Amino acid sequence: MSQLAGKPAHPAPSERIWTGEAKKQRSAPRAKRGILALRAWQSREFTGAKPMMMLVLLALLGALLLLSLSLGSASIPFDQILSALFSGEAERHAWTSIVLKFRLPKTLTAMLAGMALGVSGLLMQTYFRNPLAEPFVLGVSAGASLGVALVVLTSGAAGGALLAGLGLAGDLLLTATAGLGAAATMGLVLFVALRVQSSVTLLILGLMFGYLVASMVSLLLYFALPERIQAYINWTFGSFSGVTIEQLPILALFVLAGLLLSAALVKPLNALLLGEDYARSLGANLKWARIGIVIATALLVSAVTAFCGPIAFIGLAVPHLCRGLLASADHRLLLPGACLAGACVALCASLIAELPGNNLVLPLNVVTAILGAPVVILVVLRHARGKL
Amino acid sequence: MTAYALETRALTIGYRRRRQGDVVLARELDLGLQKGKLVGLLGPNGVGKSTLLRTLAGMQKALAGRILLGGQDLATLSPGALARRLSMVLTAAPQPNMMNGYALVALGRHPHSDWLGRLTTEDHKAVAWAISAVSADDLAANPLAELSDGQRQKLMIARALAQEADIMLLDEPTAYLDLPRRVETMQLLKRLARKAERAILVSTHDLDLALRNCDQLWLMRQDDMAIGAPEDLVLQGQLGETFSAAGINFDERLGAFVLDSPRGRRAKVSGDGTEAMWMRRALERSGYNICEESGELEVTRRSRGGAPFWHLRMNGRASEHLTVEAVLEALESEWS
Repeated sequence: MSQLAGKPAHPAPSERIWTGEAKKQRSAPRAKRGILALRAWQSREFTGAKPMMMLVLLALLGALLLLSLSLGSASIPFDQILSALFSGEAERHAWTSIVLKFRLPKTLTAMLAGMALGVSGLLMQTYFRNPLAEPFVLGVSAGASLGVALVVLTSGAAGGALLAGLGLAGDLLLTATAGLGAAATMGLVLFVALRVQSSVTLLILGLMFGYLVASMVSLLLYFALPERIQAYINWTFGSFSGVTIEQLPILALFVLAGLLLSAALVKPLNALLLGEDYARSLGANLKWARIGIVIATALLVSAVTAFCGPIAFIGLAVPHLCRGLLASADHRLLLPGACLAGACVALCASLIAELPGNNLVLPLNVVTAILGAPVVILVVLRHARGKL
Repeated sequence: MTAYALETRALTIGYRRRRQGDVVLARELDLGLQKGKLVGLLGPNGVGKSTLLRTLAGMQKALAGRILLGGQDLATLSPGALARRLSMVLTAAPQPNMMNGYALVALGRHPHSDWLGRLTTEDHKAVAWAISAVSADDLAANPLAELSDGQRQKLMIARALAQEADIMLLDEPTAYLDLPRRVETMQLLKRLARKAERAILVSTHDLDLALRNCDQLWLMRQDDMAIGAPEDLVLQGQLGETFSAAGINFDERLGAFVLDSPRGRRAKVSGDGTEAMWMRRALERSGYNICEESGELEVTRRSRGGAPFWHLRMNGRASEHLTVEAVLEALESEWS
């Protein structure tokens, strides 16, 4: 163990090898260490990762954005779409308004929601060290659905007329109550997160909150009028089309704040890969990490659930997809990866839900699962090295 | 006066309970870890070895007393500052998916890296050095899921080394490993303590390995702790006192635990080669008392025309057998 003998504590592992002078000096252990260092240096510290995949995802996202803007029930020439987007004016007034009022907000909503769900799913899976964790394990969607159920199911005749008659205002009311419900649940979870020691406790409490709230929704459903129930179920199908261009900045603000906070958490997230004890011994402040993760998830998921309904599957599947595609566990790669992949998956789902050429619109939640599950099964099986 | 890397003053460890009062596992401990020394923490199950390690590592609050790291109180250190002084290896090596050996060891640089955990050239050097120090160069590029428990544990030790902390605490790092890997790990720790100037505290149930490799033993018992060089503790009879249970005794001459000899028949085995030694063990296992004088039976290793066999004499009759098993079977049928 000659390399242990001298001081300083770690002698340089042969920098010459990096500069190409290795052949001049050929002592075996030195060369071996040099090769190791070189390999690590070339691929940064995460050998085997495929950062190039990020460019593929980026290109795919670009293509899907254009596709989502150009496809729809009305066929509009591509150059007209571009001119509507950039000069705000197309040959026909209807085209301009279709692109700017319908397709653009829907596309951007799908992108933001996909990013938010992908990243929050990644946060939850890493923090709970559970491959089945997803954005809703902390009870956010249950909280949001309670808010919606309260409005849709309990409002009297006047309220029902209000919802039916006012349209947009009714949507806004739904969004607001869903947001309130989600925020209240997350507030409760955060209150608990400040006091518990382990992630498992938090997971169980989050799930229990979810069940409690869901049972209240069931109770409301049980006593509700059938046509009200239909309205509630329509909300649970999920949709990217309900967000207007005026509401979009609110959604974007929440999602961006959540993404920024998540980016600040990459180091504790990487440490948490080894479990909470090891993370602490690596100097991670677990309490702040836990609070940060809960707040980031709350920002990302409450806003998306409030505006788009409880969109299943994306948050569960995208992190697995990312780990498989990028062949890495490093959150410096996975976080942007989950953003891109989440946006791609959401845009795909939205495109397929509104298949061009007919007027049938499928429920979004149906599409996300039918489209995504086989893809994820494939990726997981192909890259299965040990357990998830 | 010796300078300690880690020192405790009247440390009391245990668990806080709200209703029944605190559960105290050890009281008023004054301990010290020195750089360059490997210290073994021994004790029966449930006596509080892990609690002591977790308390020293700042993962659990002490009930009373102080822990000083290089003279500075543990409680005043931030998590990052603590991680730069003290690293830890636990019993079970985690197995994150999609991560290779190098990435695992690189996580050890967290206390030294920026908010994104980016590694500088200096960090890469420290990681490469740590991997070489545990001779795990060939494991660095492998995915963790494809490595054995022993290989992963080796990398976990490298990760602790890459942390470049003076103090290393290991909680039964060899529990899941086979014997050669355990020997290797203990020798590695001894070497690291010496050559890399670390203060290492390792808890283990491997008495023999601890006796052979540690510079000092902390012998944890229900109500006190015996501290000293392994040999001193053996000679004072402390080891026997700590671990002996019904039917098992610490043999100070052998430096190992032996089963109490049952009051069986007396047997004499003639010869002193390897064969005779194993025959003695076989008879002991079957409940015979081995003696030097003539006993109720006598087994001798003989050879005829280059073909060896066992000559068994008992109750005045003699028989010949080819294997140890055959001898035991003959004995069994004789007494039954």
